[in-house]
Amino acid sequence: MLKDITIGQYYPGRSILHRCDPRLKLVATIAYIVVLFVAANPLGIVLSILLLAALYRTARIPGKMILRSLKPIVPLVLFTAVLNLFFVSGQGEPLVSFWIFPIYAEGVRQAILIAVRVCALIAGTSLLTYTTSPIVLTDAIENLLRPLGRLHFPVHELAMMMTIALRFIPTLIEETEKIMNAQKARGAMLDNGTFTQRIKALVPILIPLFISAFRRADELAMAMECRCYHGGEGRTRLKQLRFTASDARCAVVLALALAVIVATRFFVPGWLG
Amino acid sequence: MPTETPMIRVQDVRFRYDPDQPAYAVDGVSMELRRGEFVAVLGANGCGKSTLAKHLNAILLPETGTVYVEEMDTRSEEHLYDIRQKVGMVFQNPDNQIVATIVEEDVAFAPENLGVPPEEIRTRVDEAMKLAGIYEKRDSAPYKLSGGQKQRVAIAGVIAMRPDCLVLDEATAMLDPHGRGQVMRTIRHLREAGIAIVAITHYMEEAAQADRVLVMNGGRVVMEGTPEQVFSQTERLHSYHLDVPQAAELRDELVKAGIAMPENVITPERCAEELYKLLKD
Repeated sequence: MLKDITIGQYYPGRSILHRCDPRLKLVATIAYIVVLFVAANPLGIVLSILLLAALYRTARIPGKMILRSLKPIVPLVLFTAVLNLFFVSGQGEPLVSFWIFPIYAEGVRQAILIAVRVCALIAGTSLLTYTTSPIVLTDAIENLLRPLGRLHFPVHELAMMMTIALRFIPTLIEETEKIMNAQKARGAMLDNGTFTQRIKALVPILIPLFISAFRRADELAMAMECRCYHGGEGRTRLKQLRFTASDARCAVVLALALAVIVATRFFVPGWLG
Repeated sequence: MPTETPMIRVQDVRFRYDPDQPAYAVDGVSMELRRGEFVAVLGANGCGKSTLAKHLNAILLPETGTVYVEEMDTRSEEHLYDIRQKVGMVFQNPDNQIVATIVEEDVAFAPENLGVPPEEIRTRVDEAMKLAGIYEKRDSAPYKLSGGQKQRVAIAGVIAMRPDCLVLDEATAMLDPHGRGQVMRTIRHLREAGIAIVAITHYMEEAAQADRVLVMNGGRVVMEGTPEQVFSQTERLHSYHLDVPQAAELRDELVKAGIAMPENVITPERCAEELYKLLKD
């Protein structure tokens, strides 16, 4: 049922990656994405996949979780790969020709590289969400964006919005189920009919849902006021983010690994790259 | 202690939601709340009891009249957060009061807002969760808890401010009997800890446990006294569209039928005792 949807895709565990400072994980993930594009040669990509495999292993996340995260993007990967296959033209004779589309060796190379790179990108960002709970991730984002606060960017408000949204997703899903059942009891046809009929059938679900969400918002705002909420100013936190010695070690290891991968772009002989 | 100043003083407060309408939601209410006291406020729907409750921690400000919390006028901007810290409020729907995705994070919300140092927040949060009896659930997600547990999380979230008074605005109305029992037990613990309670309620059995009962009708306080005094006036309560506890109802019917029973029978235990005496004679 709707209720079984997990928010984010946190995979609880106690590995060193789970306990790692979320800010480090966030920054490392962004760095990893950049590296994937900078070191776009076969050796670089092989090395970055090896690094990812090692990280998944340390986080003790089973391989089927990687497959699960890749599943939704398979059509996208295939699409880009096929485009590359047909539209990248290289020197020399084409390998084969389909009708008016010649396929070159360069095209095959590009198609494979792109497909592997996109998969590595998704698997890499999934590792972040597998090892970090949404609430901790929100904390990390708030913390990292704090300098923007000086430019009057509403960092605290943004983080608060994310927290409340995460908090209310299960509540609103439960409510949607209730409203759907109530409308079905009144004879609403939600599961059959043409596409337009089904879209129209959603209206009597969405309207009560929105009204109730606004009412909830109103009550929540009052409850927050009662608990002395007055924005981010002068606010302290129960859980402080701490950058520990082991976080520093992780950072150094990751930085070196990424540096090696970037280096492949410059120092590897041409026949490999 | 007659020399002690009351914690909350409400003086002739009038309030209406729409200044263009002649009808006042609260129409000249005066009351006092002493330290550590348990006051129940009863009344039919729309009698102004929730509106009165919202005046106690400056969510609403009176149109005329004044509300003092520990001698601070609720109108004074600079004392706003002192007042809200002293008088905590819990509402009907626990789902709409919980802010965070983990129980202990939610309980920490108020002290975080007050700028309490992190180590101190830890002790306050643990203390509040133990007092509300949800310490075992501290790592859970609120949506996985039962109604009674959620409402106790909401209570813990308020008592983490260390208030002197807790206002419960129909806090048990949405709970099943089991959850209501859990919340009532928590309220007893809070009273033992010296926190004053103002309970806005529909449940006469809850009101019977109070030190003092106020009955509101049409925006005014129409009856006031100990639960025994108030609930023995069955006819008058019925005229305000209120029930009396079943024990008082039974006593009343027996008196009407010509069986003599004392005035102050409002709890089932007391009623059973009296009936036992009658049957023995």
